[in-house]
Amino acid sequence: MTPATVAGREWRRFTPAERFARFTVYFTIVAAIVLSVRTVEVIPEFIADAPEQIADLFRRMWPPDFAYYPLEIHPALLDSMHIATVGTVLGIAMALPLGFLAARNVTPFAWINWIARLVLIAARSVNTLVFALFFVAVFGPGPLAGTLAIAFHSIGFLGRLFSEALEVSSAGPVEALGAAGAPWPSIVVYGYWPQVAPAFWALALFRWDINVRESIVLGLVGAGGIGMVLDNALNLFQWTRVAMVLVAILAVVVVAEVIVTYIRNRII
Amino acid sequence: MAGVSVVRPASWPLRLAWAAFALYLAYALSHLELTPARFLAGLEFGQKFLAKLFPPDFQRWELLLKGLKESLEMAILASALGVVVSLPVSLLAARNLMPGWVTWPARMLMVVCRSFHPVIVAILFVKAVGFGALAGILALTVASLGFLGKLFAEAIEEISLKQVEAIRSTGAPFMSVITYGVLPQVHARFIGFSSYELDANLRNSTLVGIVGAGGIGGTLFAAFQRFDYDFVCAIILSIIAMIVAGEVLTNAVKRVFRA
Repeated sequence: MTPATVAGREWRRFTPAERFARFTVYFTIVAAIVLSVRTVEVIPEFIADAPEQIADLFRRMWPPDFAYYPLEIHPALLDSMHIATVGTVLGIAMALPLGFLAARNVTPFAWINWIARLVLIAARSVNTLVFALFFVAVFGPGPLAGTLAIAFHSIGFLGRLFSEALEVSSAGPVEALGAAGAPWPSIVVYGYWPQVAPAFWALALFRWDINVRESIVLGLVGAGGIGMVLDNALNLFQWTRVAMVLVAILAVVVVAEVIVTYIRNRII
Repeated sequence: MAGVSVVRPASWPLRLAWAAFALYLAYALSHLELTPARFLAGLEFGQKFLAKLFPPDFQRWELLLKGLKESLEMAILASALGVVVSLPVSLLAARNLMPGWVTWPARMLMVVCRSFHPVIVAILFVKAVGFGALAGILALTVASLGFLGKLFAEAIEEISLKQVEAIRSTGAPFMSVITYGVLPQVHARFIGFSSYELDANLRNSTLVGIVGAGGIGGTLFAAFQRFDYDFVCAIILSIIAMIVAGEVLTNAVKRVFRA
């Protein structure tokens, strides 16, 4: 590249192909929004009315019914916590073996990897609430259905991220153990586990935090916990009680986030 | 992760904490009322249930398609609205651009939006603006504000302030500092976050229908209550297909802007 040609050149940040790709993305976004606005079934009067209705809702919610908290909210909230915690632990128990099976460097059989991945994708794609509907139909309403729903949906998230952590682990310690003649349980415990343990604890804590939020809605489909209390209060139009439930949920979620941040800073 | 992990000797407080956790787990498990009889009955039910799910019944594909289309529209509109609302809020919440008394309220707003599951927000909006897609769109917008606002604000806090200062030193007004100093630095990451949020909204837009806020969720819930399990299976399979397609598409978008 001689100086003469450089001076005469028109500098552009992106190649024509890149610009075309970007234009396509922008165009698709705008087209999708325009199409959605034109075809979505929304009644314009409702939009105009919305701010007033929402203000009215808040007016009816005030003040929150604090006396109701010890009666029904507190036990239901504890139930939700149990669902979230036990569900996470069960989910971990099922996700760990799947994670090992899905990691290509740990399990050197492609067909096993694919089956494990398929299970993980399926678990991730079916939402907790859908799992809850399923388990309520199978085991009847109650916290058992909720716990299993949380556990099964968590498998997808935990298993996938755990197998990704395994796949980027260094092969050195593993090979060293293999060369020393270690059996495979020892290779897993002393070769892989110390490398992925920090990632694993971070994932488990993060998932618990998510599950606390998810366990709260499960009651809406009859799977136990605070959601059932919320549903009752809503159906009876007891707005001050609804407000109290919402305040309690907010408090619990914020506390859970604080706990997770604290533990993460301590151990990782 | 090729990081080095330090093996710490197990301490007594740690052991006690684990023992306490095990006790708690035993207690919580006993709360579930899982008896062997119930478990066996459940297994039997589960088998019947799975048998009824298959083969999926796509006969009412028009209803299915209508629900999926509405979910998709809700996800697109909620993501667009969410981005529009999150941009100013995240600028207000960025601690490197704004004084403390501005960032606090903005952060509180995002925490509140993030704390409530979209389905709970959807219930409130259904009560406020009636059944239908509008309630769903508003609920998903609130959820988007919670997550996008946080991610946007964190991205803005990581920018290099040199460019901001350079533009400020030319005497540029505030809006120009934002458009030429801040936004170019975070543009690619914002696109990535927004497409992630579209993904999340697509998942949740198939749910909020359970409480009457529009989309395929309502069809799914109705089919469940009518014990129409082969149609349920068809709906779930279509939802999975739509979500996987959405994931592939957003990954493609992220690749375009990774440069």
